[in-house]
Amino acid sequence: MDLKIASASATDAERQAVDALLGPPPEAARGAERDERSHRVARGGASLRALRHLMLPVLHAVNDRVGWLSRGAINYVSQRLDVAPAEVYGVATFYALFSTAERPARQVHVCVDLACRAAGGHTEADLPPGAHASPCLGLCERAPALMVLEAGERPTRAVEAPVPRPRVAEVVAGGACGVEPAVAAAAPQTPDDSLVLLHRVGRVAPTLAGYLSSGGYEALRRAHEIGPAAVVDEVTASGLVGRGGAAFPTGRKWAAVASQPATPHHLVCNADESEPGTFKDRVLIEGDPFALLESMTIAAWATGCGHGWVYLRGEYPRAEATLRAAIDEARAAGWLGPRIGPAGQSFDVEIVRGGGAYICGEETAIFNSIEGHRGEPRNKPPFPVEVGLFGKPTVVNNVETLVNVPAIVSGGGAAYAGWGTEGSRGRKLFCLSGAVARPGVYEVAFGATLRHLIDLAGGMRAGATMRAVLLGGAAGGFGGPDDLARPLTRAAARAAGTTLGSGVVLVLDESVDLVDQMMRIADFFHDESCGQCVPCRVGTVRQREALARLVAARGAAPDARAADVALLRELAQVMRDASICGLGQTAPNAIDSAISRLGVLA
Amino acid sequence: MTETTGLTVRRSVELTIDGAPVTVPEGTTLLQACRSRGTEVPTLCYGDTITPKNACRVCMVEVEGSRTLVPSCSRKAEPGMKVRTDTERTRHSRRLVLELLGSSVDLSLTANVARWNEAYGADPARFGPDAATVAQPVKRDNALYVRDYAKCILCYQCVDACGEQWQQTFAIATAGRGFGAHIATEYETPLPDSACVYCGNCIQVCPTGALMFTSEHDMRAAGTWDESRQSRTDTICPYCGVGCALTLHVQDDRIVKVTSPSDHSVTHGNLCIKGRFGFQHVQND
Amino acid sequence: MVGLATVFGAGGGTSSYADIEQTDVIVLWGSNARSAHPIFFHHVLQGVRNGAKLYVVDPRRTESAQWADLWLGLDVGTDIALAHTVAREIIHAGLVRRDFVERATSGFAEYAASVEEWTLERGSAVTGVPADAIRELAHAYARAPRAQMCWTLGITEHHNGVDNVLALINLALLCGHVGRPGSGLNPLRGQNNVQGGGDMGALPNKLPGFQDVEDDVARAKFDAVWGTPVPPRNGWNLTQMFEAMGRGDLRTLYVIGENPAQSEADGAHAEHLLGSLDFLVVQDIFLTKTAGLADVVLPGSASWCEGEGTVTNSERRVQRVRKALNPPGDARDDCAIIVELARRMGRDWSYPTMEHVWDELRSLSPMHAGMSYARLEALGGIQWPCFSEDTLEPPYLHGRLWADDPASRGRLAPFSVVRDEPPVEATDAQYPLRLTTGRRLDSYNTGVQSRGFDSPLRTGETVDVSPEDAASLGVADGETVRIVSRRGEVTAPVRVDEGLRPGLVFMTMHFPDEVDVNRLTIDATDPKSGTAEFKAAAVRIERLPVPAWT
Repeated sequence: MDLKIASASATDAERQAVDALLGPPPEAARGAERDERSHRVARGGASLRALRHLMLPVLHAVNDRVGWLSRGAINYVSQRLDVAPAEVYGVATFYALFSTAERPARQVHVCVDLACRAAGGHTEADLPPGAHASPCLGLCERAPALMVLEAGERPTRAVEAPVPRPRVAEVVAGGACGVEPAVAAAAPQTPDDSLVLLHRVGRVAPTLAGYLSSGGYEALRRAHEIGPAAVVDEVTASGLVGRGGAAFPTGRKWAAVASQPATPHHLVCNADESEPGTFKDRVLIEGDPFALLESMTIAAWATGCGHGWVYLRGEYPRAEATLRAAIDEARAAGWLGPRIGPAGQSFDVEIVRGGGAYICGEETAIFNSIEGHRGEPRNKPPFPVEVGLFGKPTVVNNVETLVNVPAIVSGGGAAYAGWGTEGSRGRKLFCLSGAVARPGVYEVAFGATLRHLIDLAGGMRAGATMRAVLLGGAAGGFGGPDDLARPLTRAAARAAGTTLGSGVVLVLDESVDLVDQMMRIADFFHDESCGQCVPCRVGTVRQREALARLVAARGAAPDARAADVALLRELAQVMRDASICGLGQTAPNAIDSAISRLGVLA
Repeated sequence: MTETTGLTVRRSVELTIDGAPVTVPEGTTLLQACRSRGTEVPTLCYGDTITPKNACRVCMVEVEGSRTLVPSCSRKAEPGMKVRTDTERTRHSRRLVLELLGSSVDLSLTANVARWNEAYGADPARFGPDAATVAQPVKRDNALYVRDYAKCILCYQCVDACGEQWQQTFAIATAGRGFGAHIATEYETPLPDSACVYCGNCIQVCPTGALMFTSEHDMRAAGTWDESRQSRTDTICPYCGVGCALTLHVQDDRIVKVTSPSDHSVTHGNLCIKGRFGFQHVQND
Repeated sequence: MVGLATVFGAGGGTSSYADIEQTDVIVLWGSNARSAHPIFFHHVLQGVRNGAKLYVVDPRRTESAQWADLWLGLDVGTDIALAHTVAREIIHAGLVRRDFVERATSGFAEYAASVEEWTLERGSAVTGVPADAIRELAHAYARAPRAQMCWTLGITEHHNGVDNVLALINLALLCGHVGRPGSGLNPLRGQNNVQGGGDMGALPNKLPGFQDVEDDVARAKFDAVWGTPVPPRNGWNLTQMFEAMGRGDLRTLYVIGENPAQSEADGAHAEHLLGSLDFLVVQDIFLTKTAGLADVVLPGSASWCEGEGTVTNSERRVQRVRKALNPPGDARDDCAIIVELARRMGRDWSYPTMEHVWDELRSLSPMHAGMSYARLEALGGIQWPCFSEDTLEPPYLHGRLWADDPASRGRLAPFSVVRDEPPVEATDAQYPLRLTTGRRLDSYNTGVQSRGFDSPLRTGETVDVSPEDAASLGVADGETVRIVSRRGEVTAPVRVDEGLRPGLVFMTMHFPDEVDVNRLTIDATDPKSGTAEFKAAAVRIERLPVPAWT
């Protein structure tokens, strides 16, 4: 296209970072050397514009190299991808991990979210100078947490948790992060042969050899034997539904994509695990990466996808390194690539690193993000199974959903359906954090009670008394000690007016300021709203304002607060009814439950 | 039932709107279906030359079986759909959206808003004097048009007209996120340093007066803008041979702004800088 | 207009803008539509969005070229060489659309023989375009199920402009890319009513509706309605008029809405000839440089907004212009001026309204017969031909060529044997740079209309040079230099443009009062169309001496 590029030029470092990813500018393309041939022919058009999906990787490349996105860098990205600078700027400013203002190469992101502040971590108000407030880093089992990103020729990304306040100050001042504990620590149930989803975590090395020696790729073999349609049938029979929160039947989704005449079909693994309090996908990927790859390969086989994307949140450096190594190893051994097994399946996987945006976990926002656009959700219908990534039929499944698949294919759908309850079949992971003795990821069959889960986690931490529990994360709802006997099923959750969501169980004791937790949730949605639709963009602002007024007026006569209480209720209604996506629709839930069930404003 | 237009055969879809049976061609949106039977569904971000982004959420209607309300501007009619345009839920939703927008954005020049506020009982002032707004100074960085983003409802129409859907200059995009999302050039640079080619197609689609001919802006500021004294005359652009249709808005024998008919087969409402702004040579000064 | 009329009998583009959106290959040849025809380019962009491949042939890597799947940067004035090379490649690759060539064309064998010498190697050597790129264009155009060939002044403003057009038409005939939906030939008109002027008979050899002046039957029809005999011989085109002025055969000139003192190539010469006329009348809305030379100036009106009438666009769409403003001061409606002149000459032309003029035209021009004002209004304009008020013809022309029945195929479309000829003025050691001219987005022609508005894009006239030439000349962006041709010289600031290659410089004629570029251009014109070779002059650039301290 006819780009108009301002005079600012990329530095050598910025240019190298881009070229390292894209290769040197092709012959006679913009940004290339001027030579005799480039004076006579130039290529552009559709072939150049087809690179747009490299936007996010390229922005990461520059950010990793120099720590921010200068005007010159954006101009160069613009030239290389044939995307106007304003568009690049629009994308760059969408993601929290990028900056279009110059900043130091080293950035410390301190988690100020629910589990961390409940564990005595920092809040936005008391961060050491120079640190960034970060939404949940997904390290809740060892809260509080921080993440250090350091740009350079060898960029580093590291996390530390738990990180007591004095350590935060040390790290902000330049101290290195400590060594991460082994992943086993995050899955306290293991070793336990009865576990289906976690049985390798912390027990079998995340290598291909380890995987193959522990039954790995047996399910794929079987899938190839029985054929794609039979795989879909087994998954349908298993009663598996999506574990990301929406609980859509996976078999139906797969069947729909498999039957679409439009090609190619795409598979997207949603690993943008950003719901505050959630960390199970991280643990699965860090502890058993090949299980995810095998699951994706089976899903691709069943639905006719040749290519899979793992959209992994940018705050998971160890998961990314582990998965990247696994992909390389699988590819080298022929478990990914043009001819997998005797069936000759062709399938490969690519990791897309998120840029710090909760909304990109929404199943259509993830498409826009992968395609190099702002991660704004799309309107539905059309649904992803018809019009998804790059406008083609697409399967989007969450990590946890996918890793159920090998057990279903190996053991049969019917056997899988034997776990759980009538309306909630199968196994489920829960992320326990907060005031329990052994926080971590726990696997149970649906139907276990909350009390059982807390018992698995060693009960309440010594000396702690349960005050509240947040189920399902910021998009879920609060419960109290009354809910301990409640079975963890979708039906029961629905009856209680809440959701299991992504499996968050954040246990809060008497020491925690619930008003602070509630305000943090309001802040979270305010910060993470993409801004596209009015109910969410303005509603999350008005919700926060009304809450702030109510908090300030605690103790005032009920009459004085009635207007704001009514306002919150009305806002909740319009956000649920009229927001484009689940973010806006669920933004009032936890706040509503904090007020109505916990009485935090009383 | 089928209707043949040219060579394409469009099936008909039967549905009910507010209890009344309606038959529309396949592909018709619920908004079009409502309008075809004279049912007003308010909308702010819908424009007839742009594929709706359905961002404003004023046009929500209730469809039986749907968990949430659905945007009528982009949802297509389906056989057997039962649509309700005027229920407690839709009225609540419209009232709140009007209040949310009205409390954060200057809608003083947006058509119909005052009437709808009245009809739905919307009170944008209810959020109090401290409610956050997008108020900001008018951007005036070139002679041809001004950008008053205090009036921007973020309908995306200017972005789509400048970009993907028509002009494909992409001088502007949505930048930032959440309540901070806004329409911007790269690095918020002034228009003369941006890729803007001053086609003014963004002005044409702007529903709120956030984008405006400088001539109109200044006349409004001076209190001389008077649409009751204006005529609109369709003619053809005097420049190149493409034959673009212009609508000249004339007040007191002076052209005060130029638009293009959105249903014209040559322009679809779009012009270039010459057609949009190159009329100074006939101004009677 | 001459080229298309020669081959097809009608001097108009064969497609519609809508066809551009539904095609497989779009070739823009000598057209920077992104800047010069921006809203036409919207239709191109829709086509590209719908999957069409875009090829741009232009010496400069223009804004349009930057959208192309492939840009071919040929040497100025080598269009015929390139077209012939494309043709030979199509023929040798066995990609000729045989069924069409056999049924609908004539002269193929002779044409094929004439291009036989244009191997890829030779074509590449002459045009400067690498052979693989020429081959790719040839194969893409020939293999496309549907293809559009679009051009504008980059093709026509040469001393052999008509031959250039014929060479492109040959390609369409070769591949059957004419007369079908999505396939056609589109000359983009430079002015809003160039097409309409031709339609109305403002050509030296045509009556309204492209009826020949030398056709006795056609003329008799006009004689009867106009009540006066139409002279039975062709007139002069603009170039011939200037030649006649030079010879002293033309002594009186009535100029309406043109500024030849500044728009003609070799402007100094044109100004001299206009100044030596016995009697010059200029009717215009501005006191142009030409009007400044006139004996009588008749203040006219801006036809697009101060009067009523019609114009015809590049897709043959006749549309209404309407009065929105009153002409200022003593200015009058152009038609009223002409009627008044007629009255003073003793003729009473009573046209109560412009619609009456139009209805008279419709009675005389069959291709306009069905276009009543009411219909033009209702349909948003009508493309010609439109033979009756009850019908509309297909939006593309010459579908007849595809007819199975030879009788309804009409006259066969002849291939044209044309020869490659370099620009009249070669570059040499003294004048080593090739100057080509064109338009910028926000300006128009000699700037009479466009200079009035305050465009933020406007930088005034510049001489655009390649980074390499700027370096070798030792000139910086913005530095004022002198540009010298054999005919004259001007000064202008340098603008470094990466879209130019070494040896090629670019200017416009938008600011003749400040930088009169037509002092540089060559007065070499096409004998068939009368269009001047604005696109190719030889110049050199000189640095100005550093001003001394005073």
